[in-house]
Amino acid sequence: MQQPASPQGALAGLLLDPDAAIPDALFHAGDGGGAADLTRRVAVHRNTVVVSLVDALAATYPAVQSLTGARFFRAAAREFVRSSPPRGPVLAQYGGDFPAFLDAFPPASSLDYLPDVARLEWAWLRAYGAADVQPVAARILGGRDAADTAALCLRFHPAVALLRSHHPVVSLWAETTGRSERTGLDLRMPEAALVARPDLVVQVHRLRPSSATFLAALLAGRTLAMAAEAAMAEQDFDLPAELAELFDAGLVTGCHRAARDDTHNGAPS
Amino acid sequence: MPGDEMPFGTLPAAAGTSFKHIHARDILEGRSPVAWFEVHPENYMVDGGEPHRLLGALRAAYPLSMHGVGLSLGGAGRPCPIHLDRLRALVQRYEPDSVSEHLAWSGHGGIFYNDLLPLPYDEASLRRVAANVQELQDALKRPVLVENPSRYLSFDASTIPEPCFLAELAQRTGCGLLLDINNVYVSANNIGFDPLAYLADFPLRYVEEIHLAGHAQDSCATDAETRPARGGSGGGGSAAALLVDAHDRPVADPVWRLFADVVARTGRLPSLIEWDNDLPGWPELAAEAARAERILWGEGRDAATR
Repeated sequence: MQQPASPQGALAGLLLDPDAAIPDALFHAGDGGGAADLTRRVAVHRNTVVVSLVDALAATYPAVQSLTGARFFRAAAREFVRSSPPRGPVLAQYGGDFPAFLDAFPPASSLDYLPDVARLEWAWLRAYGAADVQPVAARILGGRDAADTAALCLRFHPAVALLRSHHPVVSLWAETTGRSERTGLDLRMPEAALVARPDLVVQVHRLRPSSATFLAALLAGRTLAMAAEAAMAEQDFDLPAELAELFDAGLVTGCHRAARDDTHNGAPS
Repeated sequence: MPGDEMPFGTLPAAAGTSFKHIHARDILEGRSPVAWFEVHPENYMVDGGEPHRLLGALRAAYPLSMHGVGLSLGGAGRPCPIHLDRLRALVQRYEPDSVSEHLAWSGHGGIFYNDLLPLPYDEASLRRVAANVQELQDALKRPVLVENPSRYLSFDASTIPEPCFLAELAQRTGCGLLLDINNVYVSANNIGFDPLAYLADFPLRYVEEIHLAGHAQDSCATDAETRPARGGSGGGGSAAALLVDAHDRPVADPVWRLFADVVARTGRLPSLIEWDNDLPGWPELAAEAARAERILWGEGRDAATR
């Protein structure tokens, strides 16, 4: 709770709490004695605050809204706005905690796939406004021997995000936003989503489990050899083909050699 | 009367509109009859991608106004330095023809409320706002415009009428003013004053830009979430009805008439049709701008009462 040491603070304290009592001797209806009472006047501001922020969340989470219906979504979003209002005026940064809120939102507990769909939509928004970086082609790997290549780490475009879910998160997202035909989905079917934006258009790809393992390891800073090893432990894995796909999808912006030895990695190469 | 020199900016003395991405193709690929465009800089405070691509294309083709909603010039404290830095970077990158903000606040105590909220009009507020405007102008190294807000409440502590407050602010800081005529109409209805008397007192010599927008009639906002009523274009409601600055429909006729009155006194000024919610197709928005343009060129009450 903050102290309403200022008139602004006193009004701020009313905005997210519909039951907060309006203090005496702070403001009045109007110089000309407008007929609407103070509660209605404050309600205009309370309403603008909550509706505009719920609208912002609805714009960020259209698939979630489609899965729950607008009534349910707006009720959930209203609770979220009141418990987690924005910390700054850039609304493209608002709502990243909404998936975690849905995780713990009892009325949504039967829709256990919902938080991951929300995570995918958040990754989409982050990718939409991510920095512009030119992807590189696979030929940056050329001219190296196998051992050299194996010791490389890749740098990824800032839009790239990987989401591994126990639910068919890409299919749910694509079907509810009209990007693909509705099918009878098995909601227990795991899917991994890759979000990327090589140029202007955000792309969402469905990854095979071993491809997701490979990419997760590379995103965590592992070498190509370590990432391939992790992927092969799960499934047949065609390293050259998988590597080519990463480049073709415009995910990679550079590469560097891993430090040879973790205990002596301060030496210049 | 505005001369050829406009020290506050280089927007043309003509009609402009809000720039919304759903209209980007119409505006950027056609030959738009609209002379200039306005954006909220907060919508472009991302690292890259489509927002910057579109704004860059717009900036290359048209005069641009950046109209902030997040700086809280009317707040209890100083503007957030992080937000001020972001705004400065955007202004440096796009070099807009005009930069404006509001006599209002939207954040307090680390929370952003996404609304333009009122402040008391007294000497202490005036000093605070003047210091904030000065800090903004120093950061941007250029004068800014400050807009009169739409109001629903009056603070008991207020001692200075709004037009005097704004005149004094302009005098102390060297800022210009942005006169939002819909806000005058909405506030006059809600607070209970005569919009003509307000405009007679308004320091028009400082006005560098005019805003026009549609308003809604408040449908008794007692529920947790209520949308403004559709249909009523304002002005004809019961005495008790509040008007809400909704930016979601055409400009109301009484607001057009006030605009014609103001233009008759000021001469042509950059005049914006602001439309932020329930966006129309581009032809409808462009037609609103064309109506403003006719009034600017002296068709006056004929176009205002069309």
